[in-house]
Amino acid sequence: MKRAGIFILIGILCFFLPFPSDARGERFMSVQIRNGVVRSTPTFFGEVVATASYGDRVILRGERGAWKSVTLQSKWATGWMHESALTKKEIVLRAGASDVRVGASSDEIAIAGKGFNTEVEEEFKRKNRDIDFTWVDRMEQVTFSEEELLRFLREGELSVPGEGQ
Amino acid sequence: MDTPRWKCPMMARRGAAFRYLFALALPLFLAGCQGAGTLNSIASNVLNTKNIESIKKSYTAVSKTFEDFTPEQEYYVGRTVGAVILQGYKPLDDRAANRYINQIGQMLARVSDAPGTFGGYHFLILDSDEINAFAAPGGLIFVTRGILRCCDNEAAVAAVLAHEIGHVQYKHGLQAIKKSRITSAITTLGIEGAKVFGGGRLSQLTSTFEDAISDVTGTLIHNGYSRGFERAADAAAVTILERVGYDPNSLVEMLEVMEKRLKPGGLDFARTHPSPRSRIENILTNIDRDDAVSTTQARRERFQRYLASI
Repeated sequence: MKRAGIFILIGILCFFLPFPSDARGERFMSVQIRNGVVRSTPTFFGEVVATASYGDRVILRGERGAWKSVTLQSKWATGWMHESALTKKEIVLRAGASDVRVGASSDEIAIAGKGFNTEVEEEFKRKNRDIDFTWVDRMEQVTFSEEELLRFLREGELSVPGEGQ
Repeated sequence: MDTPRWKCPMMARRGAAFRYLFALALPLFLAGCQGAGTLNSIASNVLNTKNIESIKKSYTAVSKTFEDFTPEQEYYVGRTVGAVILQGYKPLDDRAANRYINQIGQMLARVSDAPGTFGGYHFLILDSDEINAFAAPGGLIFVTRGILRCCDNEAAVAAVLAHEIGHVQYKHGLQAIKKSRITSAITTLGIEGAKVFGGGRLSQLTSTFEDAISDVTGTLIHNGYSRGFERAADAAAVTILERVGYDPNSLVEMLEVMEKRLKPGGLDFARTHPSPRSRIENILTNIDRDDAVSTTQARRERFQRYLASI
């Protein structure tokens, strides 16, 4: 019976392993995209509660389908984020050499700017002067507000997807 | 792509040991299934069981391979792939038309299973009669005037864009990169990442980067994806279209027009994609064919206003 108890305990611990947790048992994730959004409902067009930046930490409260219920630490805002915007790893934005060494092989830390990054792109541009990034930069400037996208949907008599998707 | 199978020697033992292992493995299994849950939700409406299993295997393997390849790195690969594509194709300098396809595309990307990429989704029309479209990793998507001319209405444009979003969602572009290069970027060379690598390392990493770009553009422009990837992107497109209320038959309708216009042996879609007929047949195993795609007055008007003249 004692052995069974030990195995079950290990099993329970393993359940929490995929999400790093602090001493109070809270489970954390990090925002892995440049412009994250916390919404009031687990829906693609739910009301925006707060915006989140790359590397921001969130406390995981629960999940529904592809949506995570989170509290954004930097603004103490609670709501829902899509799983594609989050990673279980802690993202270190300004890494020292030791962080970088750990981050290269760690399952818990991701180093921002590791590997292919802006410096590599600059070096690529220097070596390949005939390749022009002007239109790529212009493409990235075309963005729409929540209101604009919703208006576009409604004007076209399209539907706003419901909860849990 | 096969998922590596984990075999535990203790599985041979019976009784209590098995139960203990089960208690240990179940939580890990459940945690590992978090990503696959999303895939299930995409696929359940549009694919048969065999297809779902096949795509799930690929998805799991891809998730593992690219686990450490961050969305930030994917973004930089995508930007340069985009710049290389634009070396061969002139962009269409039509602000209104490009804005229109960005509105459709960004709305569709929002309801995809990967709405969050590092730099977001952005779309550009290429000033070419060739029937073609490209999805660079991270969400930069290019469509030619030629392919837009195969679209009779807004829903058909949405179908083209949703198919390309499907490629981004499944990281099909990234998968063209040889695994050894990914490994180099995230370990051997990446270890000196951020601001700490010296000139030699930067040069080596840039060289690996160039090779990776070449892998992706070679697949996008010259070789095309596998039929399996195209089927998966079509399935994703059907799901995305249905989520916002576009008729998924618009994808079939667009492919029927394309079928008539593609020249056999051409250097465009004909070379890099399965035949439109085989794609249609596959899509029709999952949706009911309507005779005509329904639209609304407002959609018809804006389609005419922005794309009729291109």
